[in-house]
Amino acid sequence: MAVLVIAEHDNFALKGATYNTVTAALQIGGDVHVLVAGSGCAGVAEEAAKISGVNKVLHADGAVHAHAKPENLAAQVLDLAHDYTHVVTPANAVGKSFMPRVAALLDSSQISDVIAVVSRDTFVHPIYAGNALATVQCVDPVIVLTVRSTGFDAAQKNGQARVEAIPVAAESSYSQFLSQQLTRSDRPELAAASIVVSGGRGMGSSENFKLLETLADQLGGAVGASRAAVDAGFMPNDYQVGQTGKIVAPQLYVAVGISGAIQHLAGMKDSKVIVAINKDADAPIFQVADYGLVADLFEAVPELTKALA
Amino acid sequence: MKVLVAVKRVVDYNVKVRVKADNSGVDLANVKMSMNPFCEIAVEEAVRLKEKGVATEIVVVSIGPTTAQEQLRTALALGADRAILVESAEDLTSLAVAKLLKAVVDKEQPSLVILGKQAIDSDNNQTGQMLAALSGYGQGTFASKVELSGDSVAVTREIDGGAQTVSLKLPAIVTTDLRLIEPRYASLPNIMKAKKKPLEVLTPDALGVSTASTNKTVKVEAPAARSAGIKVKSVAELVEKLKNEAKVI
Repeated sequence: MAVLVIAEHDNFALKGATYNTVTAALQIGGDVHVLVAGSGCAGVAEEAAKISGVNKVLHADGAVHAHAKPENLAAQVLDLAHDYTHVVTPANAVGKSFMPRVAALLDSSQISDVIAVVSRDTFVHPIYAGNALATVQCVDPVIVLTVRSTGFDAAQKNGQARVEAIPVAAESSYSQFLSQQLTRSDRPELAAASIVVSGGRGMGSSENFKLLETLADQLGGAVGASRAAVDAGFMPNDYQVGQTGKIVAPQLYVAVGISGAIQHLAGMKDSKVIVAINKDADAPIFQVADYGLVADLFEAVPELTKALA
Repeated sequence: MKVLVAVKRVVDYNVKVRVKADNSGVDLANVKMSMNPFCEIAVEEAVRLKEKGVATEIVVVSIGPTTAQEQLRTALALGADRAILVESAEDLTSLAVAKLLKAVVDKEQPSLVILGKQAIDSDNNQTGQMLAALSGYGQGTFASKVELSGDSVAVTREIDGGAQTVSLKLPAIVTTDLRLIEPRYASLPNIMKAKKKPLEVLTPDALGVSTASTNKTVKVEAPAARSAGIKVKSVAELVEKLKNEAKVI
């Protein structure tokens, strides 16, 4: 029996979360196959074949998968699913969109955002914004899971699996791709960065976020934001860390001008070391911070950047 | 056109929940309950569509205990025309909810179904996608903009690297992201009027849907507590701690 991992990628490279998801699949047990469905993504299939522990890569290449359309991806996975005990994918925007379709069509209940594998049929996932952890047992013939990448280490890259081309699913007529606007950044990917510097409402403006960008660049880290900062238009939506944004667990998380609402903590409280810089000594963020500095961020952040130079 | 909106009764987003001592679940006795924030956004979007003259009728549906009628009344006060409660006291999986919603969709034949992208209690982010799959419709998940024109809807979606716009053939399923719209407050006159709006109560049996689950919650635990650390006095002390104590920079 085998586990099918549906790789996440952008047709040029695998997303880091795929490596963490393979680790989860290896913990479930059995052979691990990776499906790379995309358009002009032969290089990605080769990359997937090098992940340690992967036995086979299935490569479905066609224009229908150019934009990871959930209707098409679900159809592709359904064609294969009955040969597997488990189908798993990262709990990112793409996986969250197509995987429940697969589960519904298999008549399986999906377990979302798995952070630990207890056994072949039992998994742990957070509920209530991470304020409780549910251990769930699932008896479906094909168990459907999405995996929270921060719950598992990344798999190594010294594998030698074979790549097998498979037929591409038919185009669904439900939806049509119109356009895409991606945020450009040279910094590391937020969800996978080892250092994250985040700003909240206290930053005051979009211009002031440059202070954090300079600090992040000094540390080689990524920049994040709280919902308040995103709602105020200081930063684009895809920078949001929290229950409804990205979940991060870096080595170092620096929260600047962030009060620490339940919904924000849900996205970062598994970070190894948390630093809070806030002028309000009673801000809830200080209850989870390893190191807290009660100070005006407009003085402390430039000083910190200078001290690290 | 008819718009169907699904809403869920959940613990209020400001409540810090506690896990029960016997690890059977989260203690919801005497805890403030509200409409799931993402569902409020779904209702608001539907009401705006009606105000623009695009939607003609808004039907709001909830699946849950008798008390979920409160959330349906809230949706009616916000502008929905009538409500359906599929009454079930059990804790249902997203799949069971999607099957029940599919039965309601078959019955009501809406052109557009709007749901929240996730409920803040189970955090599953599954129901809309499952409903789309079961109904055989296209899906626009994590919507930050919805534009109807003729027999299609253009949905701008929040994706990991930015935003993406897709066009879906109606009928279609849309799930809302926080950024879609700012929900309004219900006014007192509208709350009074909502009491007179129709609210139909159905059961899963009446809809011919089995809600049996293949998932069993073995236990629910509190996550490892993170304790407060120390307060440093200066930036210099912070840098020293990060370098020599935490060794993260």
